[in-house]
Amino acid sequence: MDALDAATLGRDRGGPAQPLLSVRGMVKHFGGRRSWGGRGIRGAVHAVDGVSFDVAKGQTLGIVGESGCGKSTLARLIMQIIPADAGEFLFDGEVVGAHALDLVAYRREVQMVFQDSYASLNPRLTVEETVAFAPRVHGLSRRAAIARAHDLIFRVGLDPKRFAARYPHELSGGQRQRVNIARALALQPRLVILDEAVSALDKSVEAQVLNLLIDLKSEFGLTYIFISHDLNVVRFMSDRVLVMYLGKVVELGPSEVLLAAPRHPYTMALLASMPSMDPDRRITEPPLFGDPPSPIDPPSGCRFYTRCKFAAPVCAATEPVLAEIAPAHRAACFLAAAGSGHPQAGPIA
Amino acid sequence: MSADEIVDVEGLTVDFLGGAKPLRAVAGVDLTLRRGETLALLGESGSGKSVTLRALMRLLPERRAIIGGRLRVDGQDVRVLSDRDLSAYRGRTIAMIFQEPGLALDPVYRLGDQIAEAVMRHDGVSRRAGRARALELFERVRIPSAAQRLDNYAHEMSGGMRQRAMIALALACRPKVLLADEPTTALDATVQIQVLLLLRELQRELGLAVIFVTHDVGVAIEIADQIAVMYAGRIVETGGCRDVIRAPAHPYTAGLLASRTGRASSVGARLPVIPGAPPDMENLPPGCAFAPRCKHTQSLCERGDPPDVSVGPGHRARCFLLSAAAGPGSAFKGN
Repeated sequence: MDALDAATLGRDRGGPAQPLLSVRGMVKHFGGRRSWGGRGIRGAVHAVDGVSFDVAKGQTLGIVGESGCGKSTLARLIMQIIPADAGEFLFDGEVVGAHALDLVAYRREVQMVFQDSYASLNPRLTVEETVAFAPRVHGLSRRAAIARAHDLIFRVGLDPKRFAARYPHELSGGQRQRVNIARALALQPRLVILDEAVSALDKSVEAQVLNLLIDLKSEFGLTYIFISHDLNVVRFMSDRVLVMYLGKVVELGPSEVLLAAPRHPYTMALLASMPSMDPDRRITEPPLFGDPPSPIDPPSGCRFYTRCKFAAPVCAATEPVLAEIAPAHRAACFLAAAGSGHPQAGPIA
Repeated sequence: MSADEIVDVEGLTVDFLGGAKPLRAVAGVDLTLRRGETLALLGESGSGKSVTLRALMRLLPERRAIIGGRLRVDGQDVRVLSDRDLSAYRGRTIAMIFQEPGLALDPVYRLGDQIAEAVMRHDGVSRRAGRARALELFERVRIPSAAQRLDNYAHEMSGGMRQRAMIALALACRPKVLLADEPTTALDATVQIQVLLLLRELQRELGLAVIFVTHDVGVAIEIADQIAVMYAGRIVETGGCRDVIRAPAHPYTAGLLASRTGRASSVGARLPVIPGAPPDMENLPPGCAFAPRCKHTQSLCERGDPPDVSVGPGHRARCFLLSAAAGPGSAFKGN
């Protein structure tokens, strides 16, 4: 057993019932100017605006939403690549950044795979050096780090003999993404964030990488946060799904429930926008008109009301809360809450 | 070429010079398109689908890209057009929209002026008439408050609106053929379906022939009458949308359809996959380019080019399994 193994041994502190990651009231605004008189900030991009959720151990949480909804900002906040304006993270019960779980220890536990497989690799490091880099930084001897790198390169489906000495430009997109996955696993993390990790791959290669991710998850006992704009891929990968719109969580629930019987009109529209895959049942009417509004000046009340076909006066006036509508299923919509003041509100929308 | 056929491509080859050796990006593509019909060219990156479109538009660099074969659009031989004829051909006969409207639209001109300029240049009309046409087009592609939007610059619009503006620009001179190179790939799903429905509507109302390049089977199904599947610079299967999707004849098409996540039986179940990666165009395998990834490969497949076999009315595929030469017991059923 080497130094890294010792540091990561017996890491499960709270038992299976304690969420691996708890996110509470996360806020991130970018830019903007302090207005005259110093009351509030104007013109800021409301990238993430009060997001809370849990990720259970060994599960996959899918995050979906359109561009600009804040899903990648959320991933970067969780990785602590950028600081949050407000909110806190608990990782297996410990406050991230506090004494018991400093950033170095946290980064060992949480790793990330990005969409752009080329930009996220150092062009001057070989595959072997890339994967061995973090273990070396975290105190492993050169030999042990290389041995671990070879093992991981093999486990992501590449032959170490052929690939260890190659540079990123000598690999295909699918191979590069496999190297990125191997690198993410090099510190034996417990949580891996996959931010559109398969989106840039050709379809035939995408399926291979998805299979690999599923195998690795059970092999290493991983927990995933899987971010994608492709609902089919999210459905395939996730136990629970979180839907974001303009920096807010609009719906959160078990994947098979949420995607079969969505309760928020935005989730319904996202599902209805997926190509039908049946030449005889093509989509005839666009589920939504227009593009998402700018996150610089989000609409008042419910942020979706400007595009929602169920919009009522109450939607523009007040902001709906993310409330439980069924066991483990939450939606932020007046339609889903009886007595909310929405004319069509009821237990079943 | 029958009167109805507006695009007729036969034996199209494109070789790129400049590397250590010439690179054959398109290796013998045949396709025909009738007026008012939409063809989806479906394929992965590097399969030659975009290069085929660019050859039709004569957008490839002349000195570095050698085009072979026959290319006829609306009765004109595209390969021999003079510069003068070419500028009339582009815009009036054929027009193209791209994945990135941000790159196709000029950032320093107002959108209305860009469209008006194209109309003035091609139709020889006044500036006022050009602006009127621009407004008509903006309304046609359903840009809200079109009159004000004409004075916008490209960066002032959202992605979906920019894509609509580019479609308006492409339609400015009433082309007969519209080439679309992944025009919805960069868009969000809710915006993508709006643009696809718009293209379908315009295609029907204006009687356009459309060639739509995409890597997404779902998008092809939404838009196409005909589907042509490309692999390694060739069309490996072509036919009516329903025929190709319901009864794929080529193992590559069948594999693509089977590996869709939407069809997975349950969360976390393994997906059927096509092993390996698309081939390196500089080092193509001998024989059928798909053979190294195909689960039905026989020794025959590595020896020669697979024949183009008819598998149904208007439905063809290039595969030894479908031809008599493969011998008995080789009949392949698409899954």
